[in-house]
Amino acid sequence: MCASQPIARELTDAAVASIRLAAHIHGWLLLLPAAVLLVVFTHYPAVATIIDSFFSTPKGSRSAVFIGLDNYQAMLDDPVFWRALGNNIVYAASVIPLTIALALAMAVWVNGKIAGRPLLRLSFFTPTVLPMIAVANIWLFFYSPGYGLLDQVLGLFGIATHNWLGNEHTALACLIAVAVWKDAGFFMIFYLAALQQMSPRLAEAAALEGASRWYFFRRVTFPLLMPTTLFVLINAIINSFRLVDHIVVMTQGGPDNSTALLLFYIYEVGFKFWDTAYAPTLTVALLTLLAILALGQFLILDRRIHYQ
Amino acid sequence: MQGPEQLAVSAAIKWLGPIVGVVMAALTSGAMTCGAMAKDTELDFYYPISVGGPIPKIIDGYVADFEKENPGITIKAIYAGTYEDTLVKALTAFKSGEPPDIAVLLTTDMFTLIDEDAIAPLDELLKTDADKAWAGSFYPVFMENSRTGGKTSDVKIWSIPFQRSTIVMYWNKDAFRAAGLDPDKAPDTWDELVADGGKLTKRDTAGNISQWAIEIPSTSAPHWLLQGLTIANNTRLVNQAGTETYFDKPAVIQALQFWVDLSRMDKIEPPGTIEWGTTPKDFFERKTAIMWTSTGNLTNVRSNAGFPFGVAMLPAHVGRGSPTGGGNFYLFKKMTDEKREAALKFVKWMTTPERAADWGIATGYIAVRPDAWETPTMKKYVADFPAALVARDELKYAVAELSTHDNERVTKALDDGIQAALIGTKTPEQAMRDAQRTAVRILRLYQ
Repeated sequence: MCASQPIARELTDAAVASIRLAAHIHGWLLLLPAAVLLVVFTHYPAVATIIDSFFSTPKGSRSAVFIGLDNYQAMLDDPVFWRALGNNIVYAASVIPLTIALALAMAVWVNGKIAGRPLLRLSFFTPTVLPMIAVANIWLFFYSPGYGLLDQVLGLFGIATHNWLGNEHTALACLIAVAVWKDAGFFMIFYLAALQQMSPRLAEAAALEGASRWYFFRRVTFPLLMPTTLFVLINAIINSFRLVDHIVVMTQGGPDNSTALLLFYIYEVGFKFWDTAYAPTLTVALLTLLAILALGQFLILDRRIHYQ
Repeated sequence: MQGPEQLAVSAAIKWLGPIVGVVMAALTSGAMTCGAMAKDTELDFYYPISVGGPIPKIIDGYVADFEKENPGITIKAIYAGTYEDTLVKALTAFKSGEPPDIAVLLTTDMFTLIDEDAIAPLDELLKTDADKAWAGSFYPVFMENSRTGGKTSDVKIWSIPFQRSTIVMYWNKDAFRAAGLDPDKAPDTWDELVADGGKLTKRDTAGNISQWAIEIPSTSAPHWLLQGLTIANNTRLVNQAGTETYFDKPAVIQALQFWVDLSRMDKIEPPGTIEWGTTPKDFFERKTAIMWTSTGNLTNVRSNAGFPFGVAMLPAHVGRGSPTGGGNFYLFKKMTDEKREAALKFVKWMTTPERAADWGIATGYIAVRPDAWETPTMKKYVADFPAALVARDELKYAVAELSTHDNERVTKALDDGIQAALIGTKTPEQAMRDAQRTAVRILRLYQ
C-alpha cells in the first residue's frame, strides 16, 4: 500500500496537469475568435501605425527608411496641423455641451405627459437614423446663400443674405450646428431610458415637500442621471473627433482650412497625398489626445458619480 | 523526397483545399461563371461615377457592344464614385497587388501615378503605323497632360484622352435683357465683364443683393478656375516636368487680385468662397446672371435652366484661354502582355471618332479628336445646339491643366492661398507667396 501511494500521486498529478491543459486549450479556443478579430483589426493596425510614424514614406521604388522623430518634428512645424487641432478643440468644446444640454432638455420634455408624445419622440430621433452624408447634403442647401432655408427665414426679418459656408467666421459654427442636430436625438434616447427607470415616488415626495420643479431637477433628477451623462459624455467626445463626413460634403476643410478637423486632415494626408508616414504620425497625436481625455474621464469623473 | 513538414502541409492542403475552394468560389462567383468559357481575357475597368443614373448605363452599353465585337475579352466595369474615390480605390488596390487593368482618372493624376510606379508608358504598345496615327489623332492640347519624361528626358505617352472639358461662361439671356444689355453678347474681356457686371447686379430697396452678376466657384478645385484667369493674363503656373511652380509671379498675383476685386471692390460677385456644387443651382435660381463652370455641365444646364442661356469662352485680358480638365484612360502596370493588348484594344475602341462624338453628345464633354466633329451625328447635334461648339472652339486657346509631382499637396497649397485671399485673411500677394513657398518645399524631393 505504502509503495503504491507515490505512483497513485504521480498519476493524479498527470491527470490534473492534463485536465489543466485541456481547460487552458478550451479557454483559449473560446477566446480565439474574438482575439483574432481584435488583433487583426485593432491591435495590429495600432502598433503598425506607431511603427510607421518613425519611417519615411515609401514611393514607387524608394522604400521606407527609419527617420526617428522627423515626422513628429514636421508635425510640430505644420501650420495646418495646428489649425486643425485648434478647430477641433473649438468644435468639441461647442458640440459636446450643446448636444448634451439639448438631449437632456428634449428627454425631460418628451418624458412628460403631453399631447402628440410619440410623434415628438419620433421627430427628435429622426436625425439619428439618417446617414450623415445625406444630412450634410440637405444642410448644404439649407446654408445656400440667398435661396437656402436659413437665409429665407432670416429674410422674413429683413436680415441680409449670408455666405454661411464661404466665410471663415461662420463656417465652423455651421458644421457645429449640423453635428448637434444630428447627435442630440441619439443621446436623448439614453436620457429618456434613464428617466423612465426613475421611481415616481421621488417626484411625489418632492411635491409633498413643496420643492419647485427646477429644484427637483437640479437636486434629484440631474444627480441621478450622472451615470448616463458620463456615458453620453464619452460618446460625445468620441463623436466629436470621429465624425467628419459632413466636412467632406460641405466644406472640404475650407475656406483656407477654417473647418479642417484632425481626422479630416488625417484622411487628406493619408488618402489624397498618399503620405503613409505622416498620416500615422497625425493618428498617433489624435490617439494620444483621446487617451488622455478618456483617462481623465474615468479617473476624475467616475469618482464623483453616484451609482444607484 | 518529402520531409515531415511537407507531408503535414500537403495534408493540410488536402483538408483545407475544398474549404478554400468553396470560399474562393463564393467570393468570385461572378468571375467563376465566366471562367467556364476558359481563357477569356478579363479586364477590370474603374470608372469614376456613382452607380445609377444615365452615365453608367451608357458605359454598360459600350462595354456590351465591345464584348460582342471582341469575343474572348471580358470587361468588368467598376463604378468607383468620384474621381478622388476612384484614385483612392485604384491606388489601394495597386498597393495590395491587385490593381485595376484600366481606369479613367484625372489627367492631373499622371505624376502621382508615375511616382507610385503604378502605370507604364504606352509607347512600346503602339507598334504599327495605324497605332501611332491613332495616338496622334487627339487634340494636341489634350495630349499635353498625357506626356512627360517622368524621371528620364525622353517624353512618353502615359494616358489617352477620354472625357475632357474646359471652363466656359454660361449666361442668362433674360437677365442681360432686363439689365438693358444685348442678350446675345457675353462680355468678351475682363473690362467688359466688370462693366456689364455693374448693371447685372440687382439691389433691393434695403440694399440687399437679389441677383449677383457673376459666380466663379472657389471650393473643391479653385486652382482650376484661377487658371482661367492666369491664362488670360498670359502666364503659366507650372513647367512641363511638373517640378517647378510660379505661383508668386506678378501676373499670377494680378489675376488673383482681379478675382478678389470682383467681390471686394466691384461688388458684383458674392463675398467669401463660392461652393462648386451649388453654383449651377444658383444659376438656375437666377441668383447669378453669369457662372463659370465646366463644359461637362452643358447637358445639365440645357435640361434645367428655365430661361434662354448662352455659352461663351472665358473673357480675354492680355490673352485668352482656359485650362483643360477631366479624365483620361490609364493602363496599370503588372499586366500580362495579353491583357495589355486587350486593354489597348478597348481604349482604342472607346475613342473612335463615332464613339467620341456619341459620348460628347450624351454628356457634354468635348469630343476628344477633331474628326469626331465631322461625323454625321455630331454635325446634326451642333446644328440643333450651337452652344456645344463653344468649348471646341475654345480649345484653340486652351492650355494644359496644372499638374505637378505630389499634385494633390501642391494644389492644396495653392487652393488654400486662393481661399485665404478670397475671404480676405491674406492679400493676394501674401497668399501666393506662401503657396509658392510651400510648393517649393514639397517639390524639393523631385528636383
